[in-house]
Formats: sequence, structure tokens, C-alpha cells
Amino acid sequence: MHTNLNTGQLVRLSAEEPQVWAEAFTRWSRDTEYIRLLDDAPAQAWSVTKRKQWLEKELEDPERSYLFGIRTLTEDQLIGFVGLDGIQHTHGDTWVGIGVGDRNYWSKGYGSEAMRLILRYAFTELNLHRVSLGVFAYNTRAQRAYEKCGFQLEGVIHQAFLREGQRWDLLNMGILRAEWLAQNGKGLE
Amino acid sequence: MSIHEQLFQGSKICLTPIDHEKDPEIVARWTQDAEYQRMLNSDVVRPLSPAQVKKQYEAIEKASEESNGMFYYSIRTLARDDQPERLIGFARLYWIEWSHAAGMLQIGIGDPADRRQGYGSEALRLMLRYAFMELNLFRLGALIPEYNTPALALFQKAGFIEEIRRREALNRYGRRWDMLHLGLLHGDWKARLNG
Repeated sequence: MHTNLNTGQLVRLSAEEPQVWAEAFTRWSRDTEYIRLLDDAPAQAWSVTKRKQWLEKELEDPERSYLFGIRTLTEDQLIGFVGLDGIQHTHGDTWVGIGVGDRNYWSKGYGSEAMRLILRYAFTELNLHRVSLGVFAYNTRAQRAYEKCGFQLEGVIHQAFLREGQRWDLLNMGILRAEWLAQNGKGLE
Repeated sequence: MSIHEQLFQGSKICLTPIDHEKDPEIVARWTQDAEYQRMLNSDVVRPLSPAQVKKQYEAIEKASEESNGMFYYSIRTLARDDQPERLIGFARLYWIEWSHAAGMLQIGIGDPADRRQGYGSEALRLMLRYAFMELNLFRLGALIPEYNTPALALFQKAGFIEEIRRREALNRYGRRWDMLHLGLLHGDWKARLNG
């Protein structure tokens, strides 16, 4: 009951101003390995101005209004984002997206903890029924992290992407409220 | 298949542009049928006025023009004898990602009396040929709720396979249902045609 929903051991979920977002996304996007692990849209270079305009429009959409920064607790560094989009409250369903743009914080548990925080938020504050995500077949590090957070493989979109001259699968994973509660819900319900 | 074969015309139906004057009234009537909307997608069901449908049509054409990510067709029966063409549904390709040559496909037949007449399967055949042989897409996906068994049967008959089962993603008719994602690759489609 008295848990601070936004804070874990390593990171907290933060609110950021559009200018801060735009600068951070622009900085992170220069790392094309990051961009190609994150998104299926072609990697490209957007200015801070263009990014900010896009973001401000994007955040007007109520289905995309849950976008949080990932900030380290020790140095208060903005290292990434995590957000829910495509929320359908009638069905209790949402998609989640996460990216740790600062590669110094890869494979150290920061992203996993941010995902755990957003799942707790989705299930105990928004009271959703399930959370879905898509992850590229070549992003095995993320797949392992999602499995540890309780996500299960729900299927594979065959040969969904063409990159580096090769076709790649897109994996879909999901976690149900009951599954999350069984693992994390002691004392909650 | 040949370069001389019509892309938009079958033996029973044809794929046509939107008629902004006449179509909205008919589509508004379909939206009075909650079942039709529930079969199509997971959006909240609501009846639409002809003016609202007209607005949707304008948004569709704007989106098609701007990003080239959508191709939308009104399905009509062919004119016969003294019977003029008649609007019976729609077919669209959407979420097209050109760098990956991938897209999504959806077909709807509005009036229950026009279902089970072979119109849907002919529209599907035409759209597949259009997507693979004209737009040169590599793969297609389709989102179909678990309870829409006629659509599942139609798409599976055309070669689509179940790729993803998003468990309990829908809350309708007082219970939970899975949302299915079906997929069809160009190569598999072509092999079936030739086989």
C-alpha cells in the first residue's frame, strides 16, 4: 500500500519536459545499433526541433500519454525511456516499449528494473489485464530480460524485417495480470 | 496471371474508389450493427452518422496521400442487367512499411445478407494479388479476434497461418478472448497458386 510506485533500487520513472526528451532522443538516435534494436522504422537523423514537434503531437494522443524517463537514483542521469501505448481500457490491454539509450547502462539491470516498475504501474495503478510487446529476433539480450520480468512468448511474425540483406523474425511476448500477481503480488490482492 | 488480367475486377465484385456522396449513408447503416464492428476490431463499438463516416473517409484519403501507407477500396457487386453496382464492403492494406515490404490486410462485408456469397473470398483473392504483384510486398498480416471464425476460415483457406496469439486481449460477450495475428508470405502465396 505504501510502496513508491515510481522508484526501484537503481532507477526511478520520471517526468521530462519536451525539450529534454527531444535532446535525449536525438543524442541516443546517433547510435544506430541502439536504434535498430529499438525500432523497425528506418534509422535516420532528426533534428531536436523536428523531434520536439513530433513528440508534442504524439503526447496529445491519450493512448500514448504514459511516457516516462528512466533516471538513475545515484546520479539522476536520464538513461532511457519506458512507455505504454495503444492502451485499450475496455479490454485492459496495452503495449509497452522501452529503450536504454545510454549504452553505458546496458546489461546492468537498469532496463529490467524500469520494466518491472512499469509493469507494477500497469497492473496495480492502471489495473490492466495484460501487457504486450514486440522484440526483434536478433535482440536476445532484451528477450532474456523480458523473460525474467515474466513475459511469455506468444508468437512469431515470420521474416517481418529486412535488415543487412537478411530477413528477421519479430517475436511477440505478453504477460497476464494473473501471471504477474502470482510472481509479484504478495500482499497486493 | 498476366499483365492483361484486371487487378480490380473479379467475377462477382470489384474494388473501387470511395464514393464520398453515396457511400457514407450505407456505411452509417452498417455501423448500427454492433456485431459487424465487433468482428472487425477491438475498438469501442458506436454507431456513426453519415457525416462522421464522411469525415473518416476524408481522413483515410489524407493518410493514403501523405504516407502512402494505406490503400483503401470500396467493394461493390458488379453491375448486371438492370442492376447497378452496389456497395457491400471495404478492403484495405494498412500499416505498410516499405523498407520491410510488409503490410496489414483487412476486409469487411457490411450487411449480413451479403456474407457467405463468395464476395469476401473474391475480394481477398484480388487484394492478395494486388499486394504481392503490384505493390510487391513481401508479407501480409491480419488481426482477427478469436471469435470471428468466418474470417479465420477465410484467411486460413487463402494460406494465412496463425503467427501470434495474444492471450485474453479482448473482453467481450462477458469473457476473455485471444486476439490472433495471421500472416502470409509472398513465396507461400505464390507456391499455392502454382501448386
